[in-house]
Amino acid sequence: MSGSVRIETPLTKEKVARLKVGDNVSLNGVIYTGRDAAHKKMVEAINRGEEIPFEIRNQVIYFVGPAPAKPGQVIGSAGPTTSGRMDAYSPVLLARGLSGMIGKGLLSAKVTNALKKYGAVYFGAIGGAGALIAKRIISSEVIAYPGLGPEAVRRLEVKDFPLIVIIDSQGHNLYDLGKARYRKVNG
Amino acid sequence: MNVKGYKLKQIGVEEIIVAVEELCISANYDLGEDVIDSYKKALSKESSPLGRRVLECLIENAQIARAERVPLCQDTGMAVLFVEVGQDLHIVGGPLSQVLHEGVRRGYENGYLRKSVVTDPFERINSGDNIPAVIHYEIVPGDKLRLTVVPKGFGSENMGGIKMCKPSEGLEGAMQFVVDTVDRAGGNPCPPIIVGVGVGGTMEKAALLAKKALTRPLGQNNPEERLAQIERELLARINSLGIGPQGFGGMTTALAVNLETFPTHIAGMPVAVNINCHATRHKTIILEGGRADVRQRSN
Repeated sequence: MSGSVRIETPLTKEKVARLKVGDNVSLNGVIYTGRDAAHKKMVEAINRGEEIPFEIRNQVIYFVGPAPAKPGQVIGSAGPTTSGRMDAYSPVLLARGLSGMIGKGLLSAKVTNALKKYGAVYFGAIGGAGALIAKRIISSEVIAYPGLGPEAVRRLEVKDFPLIVIIDSQGHNLYDLGKARYRKVNG
Repeated sequence: MNVKGYKLKQIGVEEIIVAVEELCISANYDLGEDVIDSYKKALSKESSPLGRRVLECLIENAQIARAERVPLCQDTGMAVLFVEVGQDLHIVGGPLSQVLHEGVRRGYENGYLRKSVVTDPFERINSGDNIPAVIHYEIVPGDKLRLTVVPKGFGSENMGGIKMCKPSEGLEGAMQFVVDTVDRAGGNPCPPIIVGVGVGGTMEKAALLAKKALTRPLGQNNPEERLAQIERELLARINSLGIGPQGFGGMTTALAVNLETFPTHIAGMPVAVNINCHATRHKTIILEGGRADVRQRSN
């Protein structure tokens, strides 16, 4: 992908600080999946003082529940799900050192503030491009909550995963900036 | 009364199961040409570079899904079925509802489609086979069975809304509700979206009209010119919001607005908005069945 910033995980705070809203990013390395049910379980575990399934510091969570892999596939179609459903849980994980989230759609002000406070970034993947994104995932392994089916936590290895910085660690938000730029009506 | 011998059309359940299975799979693998054409049209007009990049990715994604026989999107939906049963058709071999569900179950299993249904909205345990489906039946004249399968993803489904408008709010009030609903949704429903609008009837009738409006091919306006005009105006207003592909900013927020109306009560004007993401999926088949001597009766 031309004109994109190549990033390797783990995503340290220094790497996060260099990312600016609207940047095209090509992500490489290990990331973890989690969506509604897994987030609920992880935050419940944290609240009980228990460990969560992976060391979260400087890691990236991808909000996704992939389709089943066909024979010969690493993973089925695997585009992002709507991030806002994880808003209730994300600040807890950001406080524990999570440095990046990949999803699509709006985040609450509370989560945006947590991104700024902890120096983390929100990436957008292209919603609905699940077949295309699956080709950028080179390994997939369920590491926790297998009973959750598509919602289980997976460890993924990605290569040239195309992303866009939606909210950077300064709190600049592409949804606001992009909309303002092309908006022709008030309200 | 003298009823002469006649032949009733009949259809076996296995034919229905196979048809539903295939519709579930093809809806998720093969994006309609009408949708791909509308991406290309939008691409030629979109001025936002990020917006154009998104549209290019969507075209490539549709090509990959079709060529490799995989789902376009991992959210292969809750299956919504519109079933029109000709009143002169006899379905042989089992209860129709069970038969349709068996077709959905096989489609999601054999097509490697994601199982996204929980058995209870509060307890939220995955049913494991993507059933039940949501089935809407209609008894129609004739002797055919028309099946439409709409795998409905919930990124877009969650962003719909209904408002029981006052009649005094008029057309402008109804239109403003539609535009506001899309504006609030922002990038969540995976724009560019298709907006189904149902106005009139009762609360549930309006919602159903909005859902059914989403099955109309892209590029076809309502046949009634007055309503087509409203669709065009709504589309223009929505595309002035600036949300753009994926919400990254741009001119292409919606690919179409499809409006359906129904008579309503003197006191009300229900307005329902049902949103589809850009992967607007629906497939239809008409099953003819075969003729068979069922009975002869005279008196």
